[in-house]
Amino acid sequence: MSLLHVIGFGLKVGHLLLVLCCWIVSVIYINWFVSMDNTKMGFSGDGGKMWLKWWEKILGSTCKIHQQYYQCIGSKRVRRVLWRKLLLAWVLIWFIVSLWIFCFMNLQVTEKRKETLASMCDERARMLQDQFNVSMNHIQAMSILISTFHHAKTPSAIDQKTFAKYTERTAFERPLTSGVAYAVRVLQSEREQFEKQQGWSIKRMDTLEQNPVHEDDYVADALEPSPIHEEYAPVIFAQDTISHVISIDVLSGKEDRENVLRARESGKGVLTAPFRLLKTNRLGVILTFAVYKRDLPSNATPNERIQATDGYLGGVFEIESLVEKLLQQLASKQTVLVNVYDTTNRTQPIPMYGSDVSGDEFYHVSFLNFGDPFRKHEMHCRFKQKPPWPWMAMGTSIGILVIALLVGHIFHVTVNRIANVEDDYLKMIELKRRAEAADVAKSQFLATVSHEIRTPMNGVLGMMNMLMDTDLDVTQQEYVRTAQGSGKALVSIINEVLDQAKIESGKLELEAVLFDIRAIMDDVLSLFSEKSQGKGVELAVYVSDQVPRQLIGDPGRFRQIITNLMGNSIKFTDKGHIFVTIYLVEEVFHSIEVERESTSKDTKDTLSGFPIADARRSWEGFQAFSHEGPLGSFSSSSNDFINLIVSVEDTGDGIPLESQPKIFTPFMQVGPSISRKHGGTGIGLSISKCLVGLMNGEIGFVSEPKIGSTFTFTAVFTNACPNSNELNKTQQINNQPHPASSEFLGMAALVIDPRPVRAEVSRYHIQRLGVQVEIISDLKQGLSAVTDGNVAINMVLIEQEVWERDSTMSSHFVNNIRKIAEVDKGIPPKLFILVNSSSSFKASSATSCVYNPTVVTKPLRASMLAASLQRAMGVGNKGNPRNGEHQALSLNHLLSGRKILIVDDNSVNRTVAAGALKKYGAGVVCVSSGIEAITMLTPPHEFDACFMDIQMPEMDGRNPGYARAMFKAWNGWICFKTI
Amino acid sequence: MDQLQRKLRDYEAAMFQQGFLDDQFSQLQKLQDDSSPDFVIEVMTMFFDDSEKLLNNISRALEQIPVNFKQIDAYVHQQKGSSASVGAARVKNICATFRSFCEAQNRDGCVSCLQQLQKEYSQLKKNLQYLFRLQQEFKAAAGSIPTGE
Repeated sequence: MSLLHVIGFGLKVGHLLLVLCCWIVSVIYINWFVSMDNTKMGFSGDGGKMWLKWWEKILGSTCKIHQQYYQCIGSKRVRRVLWRKLLLAWVLIWFIVSLWIFCFMNLQVTEKRKETLASMCDERARMLQDQFNVSMNHIQAMSILISTFHHAKTPSAIDQKTFAKYTERTAFERPLTSGVAYAVRVLQSEREQFEKQQGWSIKRMDTLEQNPVHEDDYVADALEPSPIHEEYAPVIFAQDTISHVISIDVLSGKEDRENVLRARESGKGVLTAPFRLLKTNRLGVILTFAVYKRDLPSNATPNERIQATDGYLGGVFEIESLVEKLLQQLASKQTVLVNVYDTTNRTQPIPMYGSDVSGDEFYHVSFLNFGDPFRKHEMHCRFKQKPPWPWMAMGTSIGILVIALLVGHIFHVTVNRIANVEDDYLKMIELKRRAEAADVAKSQFLATVSHEIRTPMNGVLGMMNMLMDTDLDVTQQEYVRTAQGSGKALVSIINEVLDQAKIESGKLELEAVLFDIRAIMDDVLSLFSEKSQGKGVELAVYVSDQVPRQLIGDPGRFRQIITNLMGNSIKFTDKGHIFVTIYLVEEVFHSIEVERESTSKDTKDTLSGFPIADARRSWEGFQAFSHEGPLGSFSSSSNDFINLIVSVEDTGDGIPLESQPKIFTPFMQVGPSISRKHGGTGIGLSISKCLVGLMNGEIGFVSEPKIGSTFTFTAVFTNACPNSNELNKTQQINNQPHPASSEFLGMAALVIDPRPVRAEVSRYHIQRLGVQVEIISDLKQGLSAVTDGNVAINMVLIEQEVWERDSTMSSHFVNNIRKIAEVDKGIPPKLFILVNSSSSFKASSATSCVYNPTVVTKPLRASMLAASLQRAMGVGNKGNPRNGEHQALSLNHLLSGRKILIVDDNSVNRTVAAGALKKYGAGVVCVSSGIEAITMLTPPHEFDACFMDIQMPEMDGRNPGYARAMFKAWNGWICFKTI
Repeated sequence: MDQLQRKLRDYEAAMFQQGFLDDQFSQLQKLQDDSSPDFVIEVMTMFFDDSEKLLNNISRALEQIPVNFKQIDAYVHQQKGSSASVGAARVKNICATFRSFCEAQNRDGCVSCLQQLQKEYSQLKKNLQYLFRLQQEFKAAAGSIPTGE
């Protein structure tokens, strides 16, 4: 349980340590790394600042520690080696630390053991000492007793019997003594009297000691009488236990003699060295007190003491039993071994107690004081058991080491992992780079190949053209036409692919040229008119009056977008109409609000009467509408920038709902069957989207299957005449009719059409010719308008639908008109029928009436309408030149009155250039060298432009000195020719 | 009459197709109008005179030792310029190759180029002269030259 806890705790600590180490290491690392140059600066003196910076850095780095951590660690191979070293150092340090901990703990344990031993030993020593002292005191008390009752009284109050009894009964007070005896001091002179008095002779001890005998064999009488000495100390009283010592002269024993002599000199208790006791043969010591005749002062000299001595009291202590008894009183007797030594002779301590059982080598020494300064005793204590293994210390240190190793391992694994991840990352970067390079290469390849295909294809097409002009039979012509058609299709596809490649590589740039959006729309209309007529689909364009006549932008790309969208519409529309409308964004914005209120969902109100998808939904997502407040973005810049919104609506198949989200993805087509049926590469819409993006616009669409689609896009163009305000613009437009039809100015027309949208389109086109237009919804009203109107109506344009609905009404209308004309003596208004396709009208018109109205085939466009009107009304110049000639004529006068200088050393080139320029009516002067040119061009001169060869002998156009000379002389147009 | 016109057109187309002439020549033809009826022929005659002079110069310069490649390059450049402006495509192309040899100072290459140039030039001259003759005939018959279209 606890082990688990310890491990869990260890892991936690390890984790914490890891995090901490990571943090510290990275902080140090980063700061060391980042501030390499910083420190240099810091040395220059601005120390405080530097520290501040350091601090900031540390703070900052802790915030983005993780990124930098990964960034810094192992960004180079060198760092990995460093890491390995760091790891090694880490392990080493922890190894040392754990070793130290082990030593420390071990030492502590030993110390504690020592202390315990010491305290136990001291305790024992003290107790022994105390008990010994108690016994000693008592013996001293007895010495006083003897001096009081034996010597001070005559006759003595004590005899052997009394003494033995008394000592026997007070033995409990001296637990340590095995016996007490009293020897009296007898001088040589008193010996005889004494022996007589006692009834025995004084015996000697020496022999006894020399051959100690067993107790049983011991017979006191057998002892030899003491030889003659100066004085004697025969034992007169003795406790029963040692009664055998009575009559023995203690002075004759060597130990006893010394003892006795020392005792009477010192006046204190004196101990013998331990020796085998008589009889018992156990180790013991004898404590001797001297008994004096009178009380001596404490500072009495030894001589005085000797003189005053009366006798000697001795107590026998059995050390072994004494210590044994003592130890039995104490607990933990078993754990400690006690030895007691007499160490009076340092070199040869005499063991007093103890066994030789080997215990722990370590022992503690306590000194014992038994009150005899001459004798020295020591107690040696040791443990019985050897010290146990230091499991605790070992466990702790090993645990720490394991934790450290684990941390190191985690570290190692982490660093390895980081290194691996980084390697992978580098690999991935490399792969990504390669993939991108491959992508670029692919795009380039595509572009190059497309380009390379286009060049020979142009040759093929050119040759086809020439082939068409040669004498071919019908079949051959058919073949060639097919081949040419295929070739053109191929070129257009290649162009699309090239565009896509250009857009992908970002090389597509838009031009900024002046153009007339209405003319562009007329062009596009004529491009599709054939197809729409063939399919019977009504095609119409309406451009709002608010749109300025001249815009600056890229007409080609604009046209491409429109052509793309219309091409798609034509492909998928078999009935109904395709209607292109161009408004200013502001207009639409206002109209949205109006329409929202009205919410008139009259589906009939469309160009052909078919239902259409709601165009408004197609621009719902546009930012221009959603983000900015009402008119926020347009109104402010409306003078400089024109925001156009163009919608192309059709009544075709529509786009399946599931394909709608992918519609602008390159090469995306609704299904494989589509491309089989309609052809195309599927990148038209994607290109359109890109182009619209380039024009700062947005594109969107709404499509309902079986009803139709409406594509809407916005585009930003620059206003060609930005200073004119709104009002002027409108007037300008109205006052600037189509250049080819100025002859219609001031005329009035009546359009009879029940459908307002269609009528509005017609009105737009006719008005462009300068004709005032009135819209009437049916023939009857039309008739009344012609009859009653105060304005003379020059022409009446009637929708085919209206005309055919009721032939009688039509003829009635025609007749009436004629009558009116006759009445007024004026020219009757001309009748025009607006038809969708010429074929559909022929049959009916032939039979309808005598007054054959002119048929105008839609789609309506200004030039075609003008031509029709001219033909029918006979206005304008009859000899109107053909379109091409007309152009050539204008070109003829392009350069008339201009003077141009041609500089070329090549006479052929000169002639050709001169011929070309003269063709456009310019006056040409030719010179053959650069020097001449400079003289010619030195002001004042009359040249409007100068064409020159860039590479000529003497004066090279690429020579900067020359070029400078030229520019000094001339700051007009110089065109350099290069081959 | 028609036959003649067709022949003329075919021949012209063939010359375009074979690369003798390029678009520049048709541009040149367009420049010709009532004010300068013989513009093309005038220019061409000028071109022929010029070219012959230049070719002579080049061959003479090539024979000199050491060969002055710079000089030759200048000549060839002139030739290239004039052939480009009349639309003699093949001559122009050879001139371009010639110039690269001049830059590399490769005499053998230059000599072979010169030979090619002379060959092309004479062929062009022959062909053009034939074309002009046809045109003259047609003009005599019809009174006007058809446009290139």
